[in-house]
Amino acid sequence: MAIVTSTPTQPAAVPSAVAPARRKSPRPNSPAHRGDGKLAWILISPALVGFLLFFVYPTIRGAYLSFTDFRVLSAPVWIGLDNFVQLIHDDVFWNALGVTVYFVIISVTLSIGLSIITAVILHRLTASTVLRGLIILPFLISGVVAATVWSWMLDAQLGIVNILIERLGGDNILFLTSRGWAIPSIALISVWKNLGYTSIIIFAGLQTIPPTIYEAGRIDGANELQMFRRLTLPLLRPVLALVLVLNVIGAFQVFDIVQVATKGGPANASNVLQMYIYSKAFGQFDFGYASAMSLALFAVLIVITFLQMRLLRASESDTD
Amino acid sequence: MTSTTVSPRPARRIVRRFNLGKSVAWTYLVVVLIVTIFPFYWILRTALSNNFALLTNPSSLLPVDFTLGAFRRVLGLATTQEAVAEGGSGASIQLGHFILNSLIYATLSTVLIVFFSAIAAYAFARLHWRGRDVMFNLFLGALMVPGILTLLPNFVFTKELGLLNTFAGMLLPTALFSAFNIFFLRQFMIGLSTETEEAALIDGAGRIRVFFRVTLPMSSGPLFTLTILGFITAWNDYFWPLLVTSDDSVRPLTLALAVFKQSSPQAAPDWAGLMAATLVAALPMLILFMVFGKRIVNSIGFTGIK
Repeated sequence: MAIVTSTPTQPAAVPSAVAPARRKSPRPNSPAHRGDGKLAWILISPALVGFLLFFVYPTIRGAYLSFTDFRVLSAPVWIGLDNFVQLIHDDVFWNALGVTVYFVIISVTLSIGLSIITAVILHRLTASTVLRGLIILPFLISGVVAATVWSWMLDAQLGIVNILIERLGGDNILFLTSRGWAIPSIALISVWKNLGYTSIIIFAGLQTIPPTIYEAGRIDGANELQMFRRLTLPLLRPVLALVLVLNVIGAFQVFDIVQVATKGGPANASNVLQMYIYSKAFGQFDFGYASAMSLALFAVLIVITFLQMRLLRASESDTD
Repeated sequence: MTSTTVSPRPARRIVRRFNLGKSVAWTYLVVVLIVTIFPFYWILRTALSNNFALLTNPSSLLPVDFTLGAFRRVLGLATTQEAVAEGGSGASIQLGHFILNSLIYATLSTVLIVFFSAIAAYAFARLHWRGRDVMFNLFLGALMVPGILTLLPNFVFTKELGLLNTFAGMLLPTALFSAFNIFFLRQFMIGLSTETEEAALIDGAGRIRVFFRVTLPMSSGPLFTLTILGFITAWNDYFWPLLVTSDDSVRPLTLALAVFKQSSPQAAPDWAGLMAATLVAALPMLILFMVFGKRIVNSIGFTGIK
């Protein structure tokens, strides 16, 4: 997943990051810094080239291509809003959007909920780095590896999970091959893969809470559950906001697990948006329409991120 | 744990309640650990089994009819006869070749992006120049753009450059610019004491010399963090290599594994072979974990909080 390196979007940190730069405002002409300008532009030139060619240019171009009929081999033809009109009437698109939202809701709720519980328990019980290391193991492997091993474990006949269910008296579940189970199963694989990573970030957030706050709580007679609800959760809010935004953005772009585990099936039951965009672009070479869908997904992500930041007042902390 | 009364109670009851909560918590942790670790064991157990024998005894916790055949099979070391005898499909995967591809891709992309980010971060943290803050804020804006918007146009651009199916095409979009890396390193460098650097400058060392001899060594901690997280990400990268590679020449291991999985017969897949290939694909990360486990854990926590 590409989000990992671009991970901490953390808008919470941005204002404080900009502040120091403003304090010592650039004085290009002070003697100690003569010649800085030239050197600076040389030093940032690789990054600047990458930024312009692979971020700015494709963003503008992607927006432009959304309004064209573009089949890669011939030049794009401007068709105005046609792609978006087609989008509104495309049942497969709405199905893909619904399937994706369903996946996002299950995987993010489970992932954040379990991660909070895991992090708090780890924090209260043990300082063992070994335990924290072990739960992060699935984060190190690729979605392809995770999906492959879970395809085997969730196999309808020979999979160990179904064998266990039968031993316990249950019926076989067609985890990856039935309409009802495909998305929940993919969500479970995704939660398995991300739980450790999210837990460790929350754990690090817990470590920044001063222990004196809990001591005060204990003196006031609060029990563990009350301290969790009244102290831990509010104090963790900035970290939780970060984790939530990252999880949602990542979940909306789920692809590798789906492609390996179900290929979008059965009958579009797990055909998530990224999967549909990919098949439109590289299966049918309809790049204009695929770009329009990307732009739509981008718009959805911006609105959701903005709402989350507002709801969680992410940039404010209760510690002060 | 369930009581909501806050009045002080006898000490003994508090101790007992706390222990109950504690044992529930430990039980939860053990369950989480088992669920986390078990699939890794299952990969190993299946990879060491005979694929035919798996059909008759799918629930054995130990390898069924122990054999290294699955590894020999996927590495292309077994004859077709041997492979078929153990339930292989006859398909093999040139793992050695793909491991090399992955190593080249992951190493180059990590080294390049960390280096380019470090020099840019130095310019933002230490040098005084016109347009610095504007440039920095523009760079930060890139954090807001998700990959989905740039992927297709970047594919078209890479195609126009004639770089499809080359390492350069796989590397370019991610090896030059990373807003997060620059931001992360700049924050760290701003926090560094300037005394050593100024002393070196007064001694007549040039800016570039100071950067390589003083600033870079002092930043080794965050540089390591970014290197290791970058390497993990690049090793596991799937979507972009999928778009820009069309044959096995530069294709990385993750992608080859997915192709291998998708080309295995639906009716009776060679699960032992698949798991052997999976294990080989995950092995470098598992070794990395054994060597740097603690630092990886701290790195991830660190990037989240920073």
